[in-house]
Amino acid sequence: MTVREVAVEAYREALPALGASLVGGLLAGVVLGGMRADLRSVPGLLVLVPALLATRGNVYGSLGARLATGLHQGLIEPRVAAGDRRLRAAVAAALANGIVTSLFAAAAVVVILTMLGNPVASLPRMLGIALIAGLLSGVTLVAVVVTVVFAGYRRGHNPDTLVGPLVTTTGDVFGILFLLIAVRTVALVAGGG
Amino acid sequence: MSTAWTVRAISRAMLPVLLVLTLVEIGSGLVLGRFETTLLRYPSLLVLVPVTIGTAGNLGSVLAARLSTAFHLGTLSFSPADESLAGNAVATVALAASIFPVVGLGAWGLTALTGSTELSPWTVLAVSISSGLSLAVLAVLVTVVATYAAYRFELDPDDVVIPVVTNTCDVLGVVLLYLAVLVFV
Repeated sequence: MTVREVAVEAYREALPALGASLVGGLLAGVVLGGMRADLRSVPGLLVLVPALLATRGNVYGSLGARLATGLHQGLIEPRVAAGDRRLRAAVAAALANGIVTSLFAAAAVVVILTMLGNPVASLPRMLGIALIAGLLSGVTLVAVVVTVVFAGYRRGHNPDTLVGPLVTTTGDVFGILFLLIAVRTVALVAGGG
Repeated sequence: MSTAWTVRAISRAMLPVLLVLTLVEIGSGLVLGRFETTLLRYPSLLVLVPVTIGTAGNLGSVLAARLSTAFHLGTLSFSPADESLAGNAVATVALAASIFPVVGLGAWGLTALTGSTELSPWTVLAVSISSGLSLAVLAVLVTVVATYAAYRFELDPDDVVIPVVTNTCDVLGVVLLYLAVLVFV
């Protein structure tokens, strides 16, 4: 293949996925743009945002890739009702890793900003926000990833090509949306800002 | 050798990588923190943040996945004259050139719809296009270096290159957004 042929093929193959993540990213941006008051009231929250978004992509993208490989190898069946032991283990591991990583990110942001002498919300508040946001987006993304990968596979689509755009699009939107819900919930429970 | 399907085995394989990547992402969070006042003042710039991070990581991961496949098929050589290398590099820059104008216009338009915009659409476009195009060039460099390193250290590029490239591009996306805001706003 010539350079031109490779470039045209790569461009055509990648554009739909990038378009989907563009829509998801813009929606997430609108929610983030509406959160300015929350970002002001919880110092350090904006610093946490990239880590939380990346964790969604890393953890649930890898769950999707694992399920795709498992389906290809015949290790799991594309049915949720089967209550498969391997499927349960993969889902439980993804949820646990997602929540542990979110809590780690929150603690690291508090420690680093305190060391830098920058204003930051209290450790319990940041941990509470990370826990609620991690739990809600984890449960939602597990449901989305398992449903779409299994349904796609049963209809004859290659699950590998579904996972990337799916997780980046839904991960961004749900990641920011549940962050907003988590910030407001913690503010309600702990009171004030 | 693939990981066994148990919570313990999956966590042991994933958690160390996740924690390191989290620290890398906090680096980009700290860059965001440096221009938080500007971002909170101009909502159209705040809307740009998730979409820039997402598109940056995606550009990197698409390129990394394609180079990994070419590498596994044995059709990749690390020379600027190599067709899969040059073609994929050209495609990455072309994708950035198509996507980032839409990113800028979308961010400005949605902010105008949902509230008020203080910045002109041209400023937001200048920020998104300049950061996006420079990002595409850097994404190509990072991906080629990471794939080459995986090849030299005999690691599977699928396991190593994609997470490293995706997260590095996330950080680069925020850094370039910061620089573009310094220049244009």
